Amino acid sequence: MKKHEAREPLFHIVKRAQIPLYQGILIRVAAIVLALLTCAAVFFFLTQKSPVDFYRSMFNGAFGTERRIWNMAHQMAILLCISLAVTPAFKMRFWNIGAEGQVLVGGLACAAIMFYFRQSVPLPLLWVMMTLASILASMVWAIIPAIFKANWNTNETLFTLMMNYIATQLVAYFINVWVKSGSGVLNPMPDAGLPKLGNAWTLNISVVAVLTVILYIYLRFSKHGYEIAVVGESENTARYIGVNVKKVILRTMMLSGAICGVAGLLIVGGTSYTINANSAGGQGFTAIMVSWLAKFNPLLMILTSFLIAFLQRGTNQVSNDFKMDNSISNIVTAIILFFIIGCEFFINYKLVFRKPSKEDAT
Amino acid sequence: MQKQTAIELKGVTKTFGTTVANKNVSLTVNKGEILSVLGENGSGKTTLMNMIAGIYFPDEGQIFINGEEAVIRSPKDAFAYKIGMIHQHFKLVDVLSAAENIILGLRGEGRYNLNKAAQKIKQISEQYGFEINPKKKIYAMSVSEKQTVEIIKVLYRGADILILDEPTAVLTPQETQKLFDVLRRMRDDGKAIVIITHKLHEVLSLSDKVAVLRKGEYIGTIETREANEAILTEMMVGKKITLNIDRLDPVSPEDRLIVSDLECVNRDGVKVLDHIDFTARSGEILGIAGIAGSGQRELLEAIAGLQHIDAGQIIYHDPKTGKEENLRDKTPLQIRDLGVRLSFVPEDRLGMGLVGNMDIVDNMMLRSYRKGKGVFLQRKPPKTLAEKIIDELEVVTPGPSTPVRRLSGGNVQKVLVGREIAASPTVLMAAYPVRGLDINSSYLIYHLLNQQKQKGVAVIFVGEDLDVLLALCDRILVIGSGHVTGLVDARHTTKEEIGLLMTKTEVKHHEEA
Repeated sequence: MKKHEAREPLFHIVKRAQIPLYQGILIRVAAIVLALLTCAAVFFFLTQKSPVDFYRSMFNGAFGTERRIWNMAHQMAILLCISLAVTPAFKMRFWNIGAEGQVLVGGLACAAIMFYFRQSVPLPLLWVMMTLASILASMVWAIIPAIFKANWNTNETLFTLMMNYIATQLVAYFINVWVKSGSGVLNPMPDAGLPKLGNAWTLNISVVAVLTVILYIYLRFSKHGYEIAVVGESENTARYIGVNVKKVILRTMMLSGAICGVAGLLIVGGTSYTINANSAGGQGFTAIMVSWLAKFNPLLMILTSFLIAFLQRGTNQVSNDFKMDNSISNIVTAIILFFIIGCEFFINYKLVFRKPSKEDAT
Repeated sequence: MQKQTAIELKGVTKTFGTTVANKNVSLTVNKGEILSVLGENGSGKTTLMNMIAGIYFPDEGQIFINGEEAVIRSPKDAFAYKIGMIHQHFKLVDVLSAAENIILGLRGEGRYNLNKAAQKIKQISEQYGFEINPKKKIYAMSVSEKQTVEIIKVLYRGADILILDEPTAVLTPQETQKLFDVLRRMRDDGKAIVIITHKLHEVLSLSDKVAVLRKGEYIGTIETREANEAILTEMMVGKKITLNIDRLDPVSPEDRLIVSDLECVNRDGVKVLDHIDFTARSGEILGIAGIAGSGQRELLEAIAGLQHIDAGQIIYHDPKTGKEENLRDKTPLQIRDLGVRLSFVPEDRLGMGLVGNMDIVDNMMLRSYRKGKGVFLQRKPPKTLAEKIIDELEVVTPGPSTPVRRLSGGNVQKVLVGREIAASPTVLMAAYPVRGLDINSSYLIYHLLNQQKQKGVAVIFVGEDLDVLLALCDRILVIGSGHVTGLVDARHTTKEEIGLLMTKTEVKHHEEA
């Protein structure tokens, strides 16, 4: 028999009991601080410049001027809106990673109404049409994979992902049809834009704020929200208590799609007044992260979407100020997310190291 | 004769979070000896053995194998010490044959030589009296055959120390006897055997010594010949309790649920239920016995409206209106809307009956959330119900807003049974309601079922422990691979008779019924 060394492993992992709230917060704050320090170290390694400059530049990018603050708030609002959209589906364990496409199709429908009817239809009616068209288009885009999932149990992850590509190509196609010059750029149509409340961003921000509260109440206090949670936790339990699982899947994905439609409307009808294949800008995927980090709680998503938006604006400024490639933004975001997600491990587990003097203990 | 020690544990402690699974446990197993590790569910038996088998690593304490201190960090280390564990849930590859499963993962000379392996398997089988066909695929095997493969697998690897986790839980009385014969032969061959169990009569008939754990603490070891059921129970529970289940005579039984010619085919085209006929009467407990997976689950789910029915009828007699309703092809919601008060405690408590991540209040709401007008939930009535159940059934929980998965098995079941009974059912179906429960909780559940019976509820009780079925039920329906193989009067039958009916395959239905 092989002779074993009588030594304990250096450390082993032990599951923690529920830790108090303040400890959890403390661990998370420590993770963010560590992440920022790591970012500064990486920054110093790359540029040989003071980390203080780095932090200043980041802060400056997000909060430097009033305009920047509004910009960031707006970016946060759009991201939050898409995050809200994917959340009911995620709570149901329906991995909708097709928000990108759903937003794009909603935006496309909005752009189509603006393009064809802005000369012939009075503004208030046009706004209603834009809203309905966006919501309807996104709902259709979301409900197709849901129908397949509910009836034939297809894999929704792949399905919704593929629908994104179709959406991108659809947008490219219609721009070709609409833009006769062949430049591939649809000129903005601000005359058909949604009405402004205050400045250019307030309408979008207020719409999203209202949506956040509504969705929170819907998920937390309504019968529908309860059904979504039960279906997500266990389809067997849902069937056992007589929930029509198919119906809940379809209904929830329609809701998910509808909110994506609102996001598409706000992007196209409320901000850019035009569309291109990149209008959703990858936020359909970033939203997944926002929703997960907040553990599917719409109110917590205000925090997480703020964090992501801050990182994006801040790091853009850093790459501007120091003439760096845009990759710095990805690097910093990745480091910070790594620490935030990684610290969950220390919330659930702890490491127990080998006691230095084992002989004394026995 | 002084026996050599095979395993010695000294002060072994293992914690998971704040739960102490094992606290300062010290015990010894000798070669040529069968030791039973006895304890209620959750007393830390399996955790303790998993540390010997290399699945967990102890937080504190030492393990000695053959007198030398050992550090077992993985199952591979355990094999090097010639320790083999047969887990409660088998770890076999379904599409491979017995021989392939046995040599899977082995290194060294001739590891791909199936003929040679088959020879060695045959030799082991003859030595200890196993019956096994090395070429048979696992998916075609009965539970007992699979268990045999698991045991041979560890013997093939040369194990001298065998640990069996609840090996009889899934066996019929006859199969259990066979297994015990094999284990005795291995003991006589000088192997050290540890069997984890909570069944007292098995402990008494098989083992040489009994080690008792209670709530993770080691209580003591006694020689089996000095033990009896009362002593062992007291050691397990910590106080004297009487182990008698009351059985009252049924009060004016009436036909409540008549199942006739029921047939269900599963997705693979296999008939899981075939011509099932029986009647459940009010004020009576109808037991359902059978080997695990003989169609018990499908039967209850078919009645509850969760299983597609291919033929047959389920007729419900409404005691109030006297009307008859056919429940076939109705969803659970439609059944409820008909006014049929059917309660169901499913086998899979946290996967079907309850939602583990939700708190007790939200779990109460599962049955009642539709009540009340409007789109919003009413959390007040379920909260009152949750508090009432916590109070009446003595559920141990920090409060009604604790997620049920944090509760112990017994308390989870109290929540589930409490909710189902609160609906004042006319039919109550319970599948393995005491599986995994400690003795006190089990007796509480029996008591609750008896209470329902006295109230005139038709109780259907699917059980695995034949002693309990015999003591609690009025009639016992025996199911074997989807057929009814017998219906016996629980007052005038024996365990052996039921055991034989459980394994009966050829059935002449209709004529018998």
